[in-house]
Amino acid sequence: MAMIEICNITKSYGEFKVFDGLSLEVEEHQVVCLIGPSGCGKSTLLRCMNGLETIQDGEIRIHGDRMSGPGVDVNALRRDVGIVFQSYNLFPHMSVLENVTLAPVKVLHESRASAEEKAMRLLKRIGLEHKAREYPDRLSGGQQQRVAIVRALAMGPMVLLLDEITSALDPELVSEVLNIVRDLAAEGMTMLLATHEMGFAREVASKVCFLYGGKVHEEGPPSQMFSEPKEERTRAFLQRIIEAGRL
Amino acid sequence: MGENEGNREGGLIADLLGSDRRFTAGTPPRDATGWSITALFVALFVIFATWSTLNGIHAALATVGVGGVLPAIPLVLCGIAALILLWPAVQSWRQSQVAKSALAGGDLVATRVATASLREYAFSTFGYAAVVVIALFAAQFFIANELAVSRTFFQVPLIVSSLSLVIKAFWTNIYIFVIAEILVLVWGLIVAIARMLPGDAARPIRLISMIYTDMFRGLPAIINIYLIGFGIPLTGLPVLKDLQPESYAILALTLTYGAYVAEVYRSGIESIHWSQVAAARSLGLSYMQTMRYVVVPQAVRRIIPPLLNDFIGLQKDTALVNVIGSIDAFNQARIVASNHFNLSPVTTVALLFILITIPQTRLVDKLIERDQRRTRAGGN
Repeated sequence: MAMIEICNITKSYGEFKVFDGLSLEVEEHQVVCLIGPSGCGKSTLLRCMNGLETIQDGEIRIHGDRMSGPGVDVNALRRDVGIVFQSYNLFPHMSVLENVTLAPVKVLHESRASAEEKAMRLLKRIGLEHKAREYPDRLSGGQQQRVAIVRALAMGPMVLLLDEITSALDPELVSEVLNIVRDLAAEGMTMLLATHEMGFAREVASKVCFLYGGKVHEEGPPSQMFSEPKEERTRAFLQRIIEAGRL
Repeated sequence: MGENEGNREGGLIADLLGSDRRFTAGTPPRDATGWSITALFVALFVIFATWSTLNGIHAALATVGVGGVLPAIPLVLCGIAALILLWPAVQSWRQSQVAKSALAGGDLVATRVATASLREYAFSTFGYAAVVVIALFAAQFFIANELAVSRTFFQVPLIVSSLSLVIKAFWTNIYIFVIAEILVLVWGLIVAIARMLPGDAARPIRLISMIYTDMFRGLPAIINIYLIGFGIPLTGLPVLKDLQPESYAILALTLTYGAYVAEVYRSGIESIHWSQVAAARSLGLSYMQTMRYVVVPQAVRRIIPPLLNDFIGLQKDTALVNVIGSIDAFNQARIVASNHFNLSPVTTVALLFILITIPQTRLVDKLIERDQRRTRAGGN
């Protein structure tokens, strides 16, 4: 049984069907990249997986346990499934250290000392321990996004969802963020990435899924998806990415 | 260059610009000597008006026995100070001459610089002249009708003799607004949070808090104070019927301003971008924890200026407690005023109210500035 099973989910905003019977499986330690045109539901899928948005039909299961619909303890779910956003969403009135320790202290009821010690270890790991007392607005976009990843990691999530985490960054800052994701992948973190970084997807993904028409239109290992996609739509999408000089 | 011109032919850009489009920004500036001449006339006129007013003040002072040489000294100094107005006007005139000779010499840049400076000096003259004219009107008002205005509002001996009585009564106002402000801060937040509780289950709570805000924002504070101050003692309710008038005032003002401040809190909370809530919730924080640690702390920083507005309003409305017979500064001053048939003690109260609001505004500005220096980029 796969760790995460997304079975036949549907969701619409009024007339517009975001998901129309979408299914997807993620094994433990897999890195799954979601690609597709804008508006195809990559971000929405991630947001549904940790309960920030609701689905209308179908099921999301983790280890066989239903994690969608009424009665789910979303706060507990979110401890297991962390998410990092495109625009970092750090708390501007808190220092870096307070950003990272808030949830461990208030949600996991860790002592402040141990939460800070863990946070400093994580910040050191990404080379930002000297910024612990700074406020987010004083950091570069790349630094903010690295802090946001650390903030999610501090909760010790089983799964990490990364929602276009490099899209808002200047090109020269992208690699410092991707390096962390690369390390996490190497250490076996289960991750789902919505991304436009095709080169990176090709390198780290265990599986690439092309979302189109409210479904996973095509999925496969990156070697196959990027070199010889079977579906016409996938080919057309990748062709446009190549024309834009992004692959 | 020649090649590029060739490429323009028939293109969209050529279509838009036409073939004879040239730079036009290099023409000489328009002559502005008129401004400097106007500035000179305005300065001279205002100076003469000042002298005439000062003369009037001197005559008025003489009628109340403060004539002679000594009081005339500050008046003469003021008359000399008025001459300062000539300085920017003369500078403006000199720049106009500089501009004229620069233009004759063909130096376009120097002409532009001098013309810009000419305008600046001329407009400075108008600005200062306007302020002086306003001051002159005020002075004329005070000396009109043989100092009638001054005697009505600023009878110095009465102000001095009643000062300690009025200030002592002003402590009642301070007591009322300090307690009420603390209560309003808490009560307003409770109402705002109640108004914004999510989910179907909280619908009745949202409704009742909406009814409360609508009612108490619509109800005039003076009627609220009157009803509570006179009504509650008549009800004979235990404990409540025996309170001091000040306590009724605090209760009434808290209810009225709680409604305003709840709306201020709500607008602050709603101004926090939903992505902050998403980030907090995605870390497993509950709705209330998200409010407590993420949304409200950011909202409070944004609402401090409007909150101060409401607080100043509340402070001023403490003067309304005279309707229920509390001896606050206004009531005390009115008693003194009616004994002496003169409004000067009420002027004292007016000045006291103004005096306490100004430092608050400055303090809040400082606090906001400090917070921004700490959390924003580019500060130190």
